[in-house]
Amino acid sequence: MNAERILIRYGEISTKGKNRNRFISQLENNIKNTLSDLKPVRFDSGRDRMHIELADASETEVVISRLKPVFGIQSFSPVVKASKDLDDVKQKAVDLVKAVRGKGDLFKVKARRADKKYPLDTNELNLEIGSHVLRNVDGLTVEMKKPDIELVVEVREEAVYLSAETIQGAGGMPIGTGNKASLMLSGGLDSPVAGYQMMKRGVEIEAIHFFSPPFTSEKAKEKVKELTAILSGFSGSIKLHIVPFTKIQQTIHQQVPENYTMTSTRRMMLRIADEIRKKTGSRAIITGESLGQVASQTLESMEAINAVSSTPILRPLIAADKTEIIDIAKEIGTYETSILPYEDCCTIFTPAAPKTKPKLEKVEFYESFVDFDALIQEAVEQTESVKLTVGYRAQEQKFEELF
Amino acid sequence: MLYLDNSATTKPDPAVLESYIKVTEQYYGNPSSLHGMGETAAQLVEMARKSAALYLNGSGKVIFTSGGTESNNLAIKGFAQSLRSRGNHLITTNIEHPSVLEVFRHLEKEGFAVTYLPVDERGVISIDQLRSALKKETILVSIMHVNNEIGSVQPIEEAGRVIKNHSRAMFHVDAVQSFGKLPIDPDKAGIDALSLSAHKFHGLKGTGLLYLNTDQQVVSQMLGGSQEFGLRSGTVHTAGAVALAKAMRLASEQLEEHRKHLIEGRDLLRNFFETREEAEVVSANDQAPHILAVSVPLLKGEVVVHALEKMGVYLSTSSACSSRITKKSHVLKALGLSDDVIKGAFRISLSPDVSLNDLEEFKKIWEEVIPPLLEGVKRNER
Repeated sequence: MNAERILIRYGEISTKGKNRNRFISQLENNIKNTLSDLKPVRFDSGRDRMHIELADASETEVVISRLKPVFGIQSFSPVVKASKDLDDVKQKAVDLVKAVRGKGDLFKVKARRADKKYPLDTNELNLEIGSHVLRNVDGLTVEMKKPDIELVVEVREEAVYLSAETIQGAGGMPIGTGNKASLMLSGGLDSPVAGYQMMKRGVEIEAIHFFSPPFTSEKAKEKVKELTAILSGFSGSIKLHIVPFTKIQQTIHQQVPENYTMTSTRRMMLRIADEIRKKTGSRAIITGESLGQVASQTLESMEAINAVSSTPILRPLIAADKTEIIDIAKEIGTYETSILPYEDCCTIFTPAAPKTKPKLEKVEFYESFVDFDALIQEAVEQTESVKLTVGYRAQEQKFEELF
Repeated sequence: MLYLDNSATTKPDPAVLESYIKVTEQYYGNPSSLHGMGETAAQLVEMARKSAALYLNGSGKVIFTSGGTESNNLAIKGFAQSLRSRGNHLITTNIEHPSVLEVFRHLEKEGFAVTYLPVDERGVISIDQLRSALKKETILVSIMHVNNEIGSVQPIEEAGRVIKNHSRAMFHVDAVQSFGKLPIDPDKAGIDALSLSAHKFHGLKGTGLLYLNTDQQVVSQMLGGSQEFGLRSGTVHTAGAVALAKAMRLASEQLEEHRKHLIEGRDLLRNFFETREEAEVVSANDQAPHILAVSVPLLKGEVVVHALEKMGVYLSTSSACSSRITKKSHVLKALGLSDDVIKGAFRISLSPDVSLNDLEEFKKIWEEVIPPLLEGVKRNER
C-alpha cells in the first residue's frame, strides 16, 4: 500500500512535562536518521502525535519497516490523502480497506470533522462511506465495539485523510533522551539483552568487550561485532571498544589464589570499563548480570566487584529469569548469534570452585602485590574502537561477488 | 559443433567456474577448522547455504552433496529408515531415474512394500491413482518433476496436495532435470525434500544439494565427522557449494527468459520432425521446455547418434546413463511404445545458448545425413 503520510503516536513521551519538546525533537531526529537514505520527509509534530509526510509514496513499505524498531513510537498508521470530493474519499476508502482485508471481517468507520464547514456531518460521513465500502468489499460485517478493521476518516481544511491500520511501534523512549552508558558486552545471551533494555529507555550505548587472544579466538571477536551490529539496528550505529585483556588475566592467574581469580578478573574489567566510560563521556555502566546466575552474580560478589567504582552500574536483568532473557534475545534477533559456542574471556581460566561469597578485604589484599594501575592504563591505551552499523558483514560483502 | 545433450550435462557457465577457481585458490581452509582460514571457509559455506535456500523460496535446510544421485539416495533411504516404525509402504513412479528406482528396488529387498505408479502415453502419472495408492502405512512418496528421457512433467503441486491431505507421508521430488527450466516452489507444492544437481544447469559436476523442508529426521547415509548437520559426513566442498549457489542464482534469475527461448527451439524441432516421414516424435506436447525425444523406428538410436556426431552434432539415445547399456529404456517401455520405436529413440536436449539458427542448421544436417542411411534398410531386413 502506498501512503502519503504516516501518523505516529508517541505513547510514553506524552506524559512528560517540561522536557516534552526535547523528547519530541530527539524522536524527530532519530526518525530522520533512520530514513536518511530515502527521499526527505516533512515533519509535523504536535503534542501527542507526529505526522510525517513522504516525498515518495512508493517508499511506504520501507518507511514502515524502518519505523518499527524506533523507540519512542507507541504505534503508527499509514495515512492516505484524498481530495474533499466525496467520490474520491469513497474510492480511497475502498482501496484502503481492501489492502488490509486480511485482518478480519468486522468493520467500522470512524469519521472526524475538523473542518466544520464540510457539507456532511460525522454521522452522514460514517453512513455514506461505510455503506459504500460494504457494497464494494465482499464479506464485511459492521461491528461497532471491537472491529478488526477501523477506517478512520479525518476531514481537514486542506484534504481528507484516511487510515485503516495501526502498526505496533517499539515503545520505550527515543534513544538519546537518556544520555549515554557503556555496555559490558561478553558475547553471551544476557549482555545484548541488557543493552537493548537500556536503549529502550532512551539510553544511547557504547559497548566494551574484553578480548584475550590466543585464549579467545577471532571467532569470538567476530561474534561480538555481529551482536553489536544487530543492536545498532535500534539506534543507527554503536561504537564497540575491544580491550586487550590477556596480560591482565595472566597476571591475575599468577598472583591471586585460584578461588579469587574470578572476583579479581571482574574487578579489573570494571575498572577498565570505568576508564573507557570516562573517556567517552558515558554516565553509567550496563551489565547483563542476573542475580544468582553464576558465582560472580551473587550479592556478595557484586559487593566485592562493585567496590572498585562509584559509577552507577545498571543491571536491567538483575531480576530476570534465564527463560525471559532468552525470549527477548529471540525477539531482538541476538539469540542465534549469542549461542555460537566460542569461548569468551569469562569462561577461560574459570576456577573449579570460584568463591560465591568473596570478601572485599581479601581480594584487595591479594591484588595489592601487583601494580594493576599500570596494566589497566596500558589496556585502555591499546583498546581498539570500531563503529558498527546494522549492515556490518565486512567479510560477506567481500564475498558477494563470488555468488 | 552443436551440443544438444544438455540433459546429460551442461557446459559450466564461465562465471560459475570463476567463483569456483577463486574459492579453491584463496579460501582452501577446511570449514571445520577452528582457525581463521577455516572460519572464512565456513562463512562461505553458510552464505552458499542461505543463498541456495533463497532460490528455493524457502526456509528449509540445505545439505550439500555430490549431486543428484547422492541426494536421491540420502532422501529416500534416509526417510525410509527413520520412518520405518510408522509404516513400510513407499510410492514412486516407474519412470524415475535409476538413482531413485534402484534405491526403491534395494528397499524392497529390505522388506519395504513399494507401489510403482504407471504413466499414461504422455508419460504422466494419474493423480487418482496416486490418491488410491496412499495408505495409512505410506511413509514416503518420491516423484520426479521432469523426466530425463522424454521430458514429461509430473503434476507436482497437485501430487503434493493429495499426499499432504490423504497421508502423513514425506514427499520427495527429484528436480534434477527441472531446476532452471520450470519454476518450483517447495512450500507451495508440499515438498519435504528436493534433489538438485548443479551440472544440469551450467554448474559443476560433483556438486548438488538436498533441500529438506521438514523437521522430520533423515538417517545419514555417510558416517564420519558429522558435517552438514550430521547428515553428510566428509570435508565440506567449499568451492563446490559457492559455485552451486551461483549457478542457482544465474539459472533462477533468467528462468522466464530461458524458458521462452527453449520452448521456441523445442517446438521448432517438433514441427520439423513431424514433417519427416522417417521420424516419430516421442515426447508429448507441452512438456519440459528443453527435452524432445524422437525415434527413427527403422534405425537404432545409436546409429542416429553416431551419424550426427560425424557432423559435429552431439545428442544421446534415451539417456546418457543408460545409453551404454543395451537394455531397453524402462521409461519408453512404460509409455507402451513398440519395440521399433524404442530401439530407434534418441533425445535432443537444449540449453539457452542453442540459437534458433543453430537448429535450422541442424535440420539441414539431418536431411543430409539421415535419409541416405534409410535407403539400404528394408522393412523385412530389420
